[in-house]
Amino acid sequence: MKDAFGAPQSLLVLGGTSDIAQATAHRLVARRTRTVWLAGRPSPALEKSAESLRQQGADTRTVAFDALDPEAHETALGKVFAEGDIDMVLLAFGTLGDQARDEADPLAAARVAQTNYTGAVSAGLICARALQTQGHGSLVVLSSVAAERARRSNFIYGSSKAGLDAFTQGLGDALHGTGVHVMVVRPGFVRSKMTAGLQEAPLATTPEAVAAAIETGLRRRAETVWVPGRLRLVMSALRHVPRPVFRRLPL
Amino acid sequence: MSAGVSGAAVSPGPAASGPAAHAGDHAAAHGSDPASGYASDYAPVSGWGRTAPTAALVVRPRSREEAVASLGACAGRGGIARGLGRAYGDAAQNAGGAVLDMTGLDRVHTIDADTGTVVCDAGVSLHRLMQVLLPLGWFVPVTPGTRHVTVGGAIGADIHGKNHHVSGSFSRHVRSLDLLTADGSVRTVRPGSRLFDATAGGMGLTGIILKATFRCLPVATSFMSVDTERATDLDDLMARLTATDDRYRYSVAWIDLLARGAATGRAVLTRGDHAPLEALSGLPARARRDPLAFRPRQLPAAPAFVPEGLLSRTTVGLFNEFWYRKAPRLRRGELQRLTSFFHPLDGVPHWNRVYGRGGFLQYQFVVGYGQEEVLRAIVHRIAGHRCPSFLAVLKRFGEADPGWLSFPLPGWTLALDVPAGLPGLAALLDSLDEEVAAAGGRVYLAKDSRLRPELLTAMYPRLPAFRALRAELDPEGLFRSDLSRRLGL
Ligand SMILES: Cc1cc2nc3c(=O)[nH]c(=O)nc-3n(C[C@H](O)[C@H](O)[C@H](O)COP(=O)(O)OP(=O)(O)OC[C@H]3O[C@@H](n4cnc5c(N)ncnc54)[C@H](O)[C@@H]3O)c2cc1C
Ligand SMILES: NC(=O)c1ccc[n+]([C@@H]2O[C@H](COP(=O)([O-])OP(=O)(O)OC[C@H]3O[C@@H](n4cnc5c(N)ncnc54)[C@H](OP(=O)(O)O)[C@@H]3O)[C@@H](O)[C@H]2O)c1
Repeated sequence: MKDAFGAPQSLLVLGGTSDIAQATAHRLVARRTRTVWLAGRPSPALEKSAESLRQQGADTRTVAFDALDPEAHETALGKVFAEGDIDMVLLAFGTLGDQARDEADPLAAARVAQTNYTGAVSAGLICARALQTQGHGSLVVLSSVAAERARRSNFIYGSSKAGLDAFTQGLGDALHGTGVHVMVVRPGFVRSKMTAGLQEAPLATTPEAVAAAIETGLRRRAETVWVPGRLRLVMSALRHVPRPVFRRLPL
Repeated sequence: MSAGVSGAAVSPGPAASGPAAHAGDHAAAHGSDPASGYASDYAPVSGWGRTAPTAALVVRPRSREEAVASLGACAGRGGIARGLGRAYGDAAQNAGGAVLDMTGLDRVHTIDADTGTVVCDAGVSLHRLMQVLLPLGWFVPVTPGTRHVTVGGAIGADIHGKNHHVSGSFSRHVRSLDLLTADGSVRTVRPGSRLFDATAGGMGLTGIILKATFRCLPVATSFMSVDTERATDLDDLMARLTATDDRYRYSVAWIDLLARGAATGRAVLTRGDHAPLEALSGLPARARRDPLAFRPRQLPAAPAFVPEGLLSRTTVGLFNEFWYRKAPRLRRGELQRLTSFFHPLDGVPHWNRVYGRGGFLQYQFVVGYGQEEVLRAIVHRIAGHRCPSFLAVLKRFGEADPGWLSFPLPGWTLALDVPAGLPGLAALLDSLDEEVAAAGGRVYLAKDSRLRPELLTAMYPRLPAFRALRAELDPEGLFRSDLSRRLGL
């Protein structure tokens, strides 16, 4: 169960090797989390992530999960929920793709969409139903500032996140009053594996900062969290910039 | 998301008509069939602190038969009894399962006007009891800081009042109770039995209390004769309480936890007893004509929406300052209405909303006599953290009560309300817990919403016996709550 501060005792991460998820899991294990499930594509990295949480004292298990294989989601995630209540699900998997290459390779572009959007729709619905049956729990979804307005430089990724973001908001409304809390997290540029080697954007932040914002959001039962918080203002301004101008902004 | 309902807000639904013929039927429990005989609803439920709402099937039995039948709704994720939802945390919630709203069992069966023995349903509130008992010259044996609690909740949490040092907890005045257990049988449980000791303070986890018999206290008036004095700091306060508490039936100190430096722990002591008839001589004729009148005053309710941060260090600090200054240095024998002495907060319905949607929590612990250093250290740490807490209460407990999970033990208890959003609060309370546990103390489960489960057995050494009895009586775990899940009770 979550406590008065929204701190969960059990956590399921979808995308177990994600840097942001790792930082969040470590932060929550330092509080009340004692049981962690890391779902992800089997790899030494996944095992390593699990091991580092075990080191910290959390009973951690891994489960095979591929966003691109929705047929298998029900079985993989069903097994986790069958073992006991999950107080928080962190949907962290995602892929940035390579905009320039993907524009020329529609199949690769579709994989970005399938990972970030349809994979999340399927996994999100399964988790939502399980949480609703429990009558409690938080579903925390890592969206992105890129979801707020599609940009020339990464609209394939951006549009997939926009879909995910809209899906999550709707799901949150659908689950209103069921005891389940749904939270959309919109980080800006985060220094992680995903952005390694890329040029930093203004207001760049860290996985630890995202983790801290998630912890606060849980306490407040927030529906939307921006990281850093100032992005909320920046994006509400950018949203209204006319297309001809927006197109030419160096974003 | 909505902050959830309090028990009082759960709709009563259609009136009961005949026995709950198919109340065991799950579909009926979902309210799809209004003819099922009891009203029910699936709704978010939270405690008084509004911190961790979860959804449950709220079932409201109206009779003993319906209560028995409502066990059917507990299959699956279990069920838990709920009174008026005044427990601060998650004691009367059960995510995904059933919550049995007991306020529909509201009959006062008998009052023996000679002995003050009352037999009533578990859903009867202490407020209602005061209405019926006072005119007969009786008062409830123990009342908490609010009279909007049920008899079931009073036994389930084994509540204490300002008279604990004299009268012990509520269950000490209980002669017997009817308990609906997991096997569907109703047992009459008397003090001295294991089941009684597990149920008193057992947070609803041994079964559903349906009815109780308990003894009341004779009173001549509905007024209190109150002595008020100020204590300049914590040491002064402890010295005053230690020296003269035994002269008073009721004793409590309101402590200003925002005062720092030399004033740390400054407080106002209010102690007293029920006023005898003679004491009313100075009152207007109207009051004297009806000395046992019970007329609680009601102010408008707190608004439904309050911005977070209304209660800041500044506003609460000002309030505390004002309230300390306005208290007399020393005043004896002041007549106060019973309700202003016992339940000042009940005058404002839904006052818990003033903390905004982030909610608040109450931290209450006790440490034994001889552990004054620990108490001092904790008060200094809270004051140092600048908790905007305007309702801290310090009290001395008497002998421990027999309930296995009853909270009181002979020592000092401190209770404070704090907004859940206060920065650093979670870590501060975690570390206070360590000090409390190391000193052989404990926190109060009826107030808890955040204790680290690992500390529970240290705080409640009789927990293994409690667990063993539950395993024996309720092997399937029919009775469950968010609290029991969170702490592994
Ligand atoms: C302003 C305020 C002041 C307070 N002051 C005090 C105080 O001075 N001293 C003190 O001891 N407490 C105090 N409390 C706490 C309160 O007295 C307890 O939490 C009490 O249990 C609330 O009763 P309730 O009917 O609202 O029960 P709920 O809050 O609904 O339930 C509390 C517990 O009792 C169990 N329970 C309720 N009914 C039954 C039943 N029929 N059968 C079995 N179990 C049942 C529930 O399962 C739950 O575990 C205060 C609370 C408030 C809000
Ligand atoms: N970094 C940023 O700047 C930034 C900004 C805003 C939002 N986000 C979002 O935050 C989330 C986490 O990102 P991060 O920064 O922590 O990046 P990361 O470390 O690269 O993590 C990405 C995760 O996604 C997983 N993944 C990718 N494809 C998958 C698939 N088909 N099935 C299962 N898992 C798959 C990866 O698992 P493998 O180990 O198997 O590859 C990895 O665990 C992502 O959704 C990302 O879009 C990131």
